[in-house]
Amino acid sequence: MPTASLNPGYSGPVRDRVENFGGAQLVYVHWEGHNNFCSAITLPLPPETPFGALTAEILPSLYSVDPDWAEVDLSTARWMLDGEDWQPEAAKGIGEQGVGHKSLIRFWTQPSGRA
Amino acid sequence: MAARKLNLKQKYGHFTRGLDWEPSYQSKDDIFPFAKYEGIKVHDWDAWEDPFKLTMDAYWKFQAEKERKLYAVIDSMAQNNGQLGITDARYLNAVKLFIQGVTPLEYQAHRHFAHLARHLPGAGLRVAAQMQSIDELRHCQTQIHTISHYNKFFDGIHDFTHMHDRLWYLSVPKSFFDDATTAGPFEFLTAISFAFEYVLTNLLFVPFMSGAAYNGDMATVTFGFSAQSDESRHMTLGLEAVRFLLEQDEANVPIVQGWIDKWFWRGYRLLTLVAMMMDYMLPKKVMSWAEAWETYYEQAGGALFADLARYGIREPKYADVAKAEKGHITHQAWTIFYNYTHAAAVHTWDVDDQHLAWLREKYPETFAQYYEQRYLNWRDQANQGKRFYNNGLPQLCQVCQVPMAFTEVDDPTTISFRVSEFGGDKYHTCSDGCKDIFDHEPEKYSQAWLPVHQIFQGNCGGATVPEVLDWYHINQGADNMDYAGSPEEAQWEKWMEGRRPAAPMAAAAE
Amino acid sequence: MTQPVSITLQNSQDGFAIAEAIMADNPGAERRSMPAMTKIDRPGRLEIKAASVSERLGRDWDPQEIHLSVISLSGSVDEDDDYFAVYWR
Repeated sequence: MPTASLNPGYSGPVRDRVENFGGAQLVYVHWEGHNNFCSAITLPLPPETPFGALTAEILPSLYSVDPDWAEVDLSTARWMLDGEDWQPEAAKGIGEQGVGHKSLIRFWTQPSGRA
Repeated sequence: MAARKLNLKQKYGHFTRGLDWEPSYQSKDDIFPFAKYEGIKVHDWDAWEDPFKLTMDAYWKFQAEKERKLYAVIDSMAQNNGQLGITDARYLNAVKLFIQGVTPLEYQAHRHFAHLARHLPGAGLRVAAQMQSIDELRHCQTQIHTISHYNKFFDGIHDFTHMHDRLWYLSVPKSFFDDATTAGPFEFLTAISFAFEYVLTNLLFVPFMSGAAYNGDMATVTFGFSAQSDESRHMTLGLEAVRFLLEQDEANVPIVQGWIDKWFWRGYRLLTLVAMMMDYMLPKKVMSWAEAWETYYEQAGGALFADLARYGIREPKYADVAKAEKGHITHQAWTIFYNYTHAAAVHTWDVDDQHLAWLREKYPETFAQYYEQRYLNWRDQANQGKRFYNNGLPQLCQVCQVPMAFTEVDDPTTISFRVSEFGGDKYHTCSDGCKDIFDHEPEKYSQAWLPVHQIFQGNCGGATVPEVLDWYHINQGADNMDYAGSPEEAQWEKWMEGRRPAAPMAAAAE
Repeated sequence: MTQPVSITLQNSQDGFAIAEAIMADNPGAERRSMPAMTKIDRPGRLEIKAASVSERLGRDWDPQEIHLSVISLSGSVDEDDDYFAVYWR
C-alpha cells in the first residue's frame, strides 16, 4: 500500500512491553503435529527459568493430558527457537540460551499419528 | 391550473442540496479536519449522486412501520413461549455469539456513522451517514429486545456488553471495529460500508438469519429481515462511495485498493467465528461454510470486481488463500472453542455420528483426513469422564486477535506462524494477510489490547482461571463448560419431556 | 457479457406482488425460492414498475415502499416516482 493513514509523528502506548510482566517474559510454545491443542500456548516465564523446568514440569503440565505424551521422550525432541534450529541445555536458563520476550519455541517429538 | 408537482429526484435535491452552503468566513479545511489526511482527493462533491432518494419524512415513515411489525412479532414470541420452538438448545449458542459479538458492533457503527454525518464534506453523503447511524442504533436495540426473551431462560446472554470488552474471543470483533473507527472517514467507508456491508455481508446474514429460520427461531428471522431492508441502503452506500472515490481522482485508486485488501482480510478473519457457528452450532444446517463462501464470495464477488475493473481495481489480495482455506477454518475454529470452553460464555460439545457424517460429506477433501480422528478421540476422553480442556492460554494473532490455529495453505498439519519486529519487540501474526496489515501500520497494531497478554499482566482480575472468569462476569458452571451436563441442557430436557405424550399412543387406544 | 444484478425480497404479501411484477416486466429474469425469501437475478438491469405492483396489490404502491420488502440487492440503484431499478453501469 502506498500510504498509511496516520498523521506524521503519530505514536501510541505499546501495551506488551516486557516491563509490564513483573519480571517474566512471554514465551510461546507449540508441540508440532498436535493441533488438537489448537494453537501455540502463551507462557509468562522469567528468563532465569532453567530449560529443564520446561521439559520436566511445564510442558508435561500442558500436554500430558494427550495420550500421545506417554510415549514422548523430550531428550530426543527437535527444537526450534524463533525460526532457527536450537539445541537447548537443561541446566541453563532459557534467557541465556536466546529466549527473549515473545520468543516462539516449536518442538517435534516422535510421530504417533495425526491429531 | 394544477400546481406543478416535484418528482422524487427534484424533491430530494431541494431537501439535501438546497440547504447546504459554502462557508464564507471559516476555511473548509478547519470545518472538515479529517477530509484530507488519508491522501484521498475529492475535487467535486456535487458529483455524488445519492443512490436512494430517501428524505427524512419517508425515512421515519418506513422505519416506524418496520418497528411496529417487528415488535408485534417479538411480543407474540414472548407470549407464546417461542423459545420452545427451536430445534435444540444447542442452537442458542449461535444467538449468544451474536449478542456478545455482533450487537456491540452495531452500536459502534451507530456512533461512527454519526461522526461521519458531521465530518464528511459532501451533503449527500452526510445525509446517508446520518440515516445509517440511526439504522445501526435501531439494529442494536432491536437485537437486544429480541434476544432479551432468551435471556430469561438461557445462559451467557446476561452481561454481553461487559463481556464484549473483555473476553478473549470477543476481542476479535471488538478490535475489528476499533480498527475501523480509529481510521479516517474514507478508510471507514471502504472498510465497513464497502468491504463489510457489501462484499461480505451475505456471509454474516445468511448463516445467522437462515440458521435462525432453519432452527425455529422466528424472532431472530424477523429481526434479520427488518435489519436487512436497511442493509440494502447501506450496501448501496458502500458501493457508490467507493465508486465515487475511484472516479474523483486516479491517485485514489491505489489507496482504495490497499484498503480493500486490508479490510477483505480483516472481515474474512472476523467471519471465522460465524463460519464455525454455521458448521457446528446449528442443529439443522443451512449449508456448509465452504458452500457459503463459494456462493456469496467466489460467485457474487466475481460480478462485483468485474464491474470495478474499469477503475483499475482488482480482486482483494489473499482471496486465493480464503478460497484454499475454506475446507479447514471451521474445524480449526471449533477446535479453539472446544479447547477453551471453560473460559467462554458459549457451550461446545462432542460431535455426534450424524454430524460427523454431514461434515465428511460437505468436506470430502479435508474433514476425514485432518479433523475427524481428533473429535473421536475427544469423545472417547469425555466418555471416560476426562473431557479435554486446554490448561494453557492460546497465542493470539496481533492483528485479528484470533488464537493462531490457522495452518499453512500448502500444509494443513502445520500452524501458520508469521513474525515482525518493531520498536525492539516481536509481533506474531497468523497469516501473510495479517502480517501485511501489521507491517503497514505497526504504530497502530503494536498498541493492541490482547486478552491473553492482559491476563498475564494481572489486569484481568487475578492469576487464576476462576478469578479471570469472575472478572469476565461468566457465571461459572452455567455460561461456560460443555453443553453436556449444563443447567441449560437439564432445563431443555425437562421442557422436551413435558411435551412428549404421557403414554404410548397404542396403549391409549386399547 | 453482462453481469447479473439481483434483488432478494421477503415472502410477505407485498414482496410477493413485487416479485410477480418483476417477473412479468423483465424478460430473462430468473427466480429462486428460499426459506422466507425470493431472489431474482437478471443480466444487466431489472426494473420494478410501480404501476405493475399497484395492479397486483389492488392499491397505489409507491416505489419507496420497497424498503419494507427488500432483504438484499446487488447492483447500483436508480429510483424515481414510478419505478425502482437495479443495474450495473
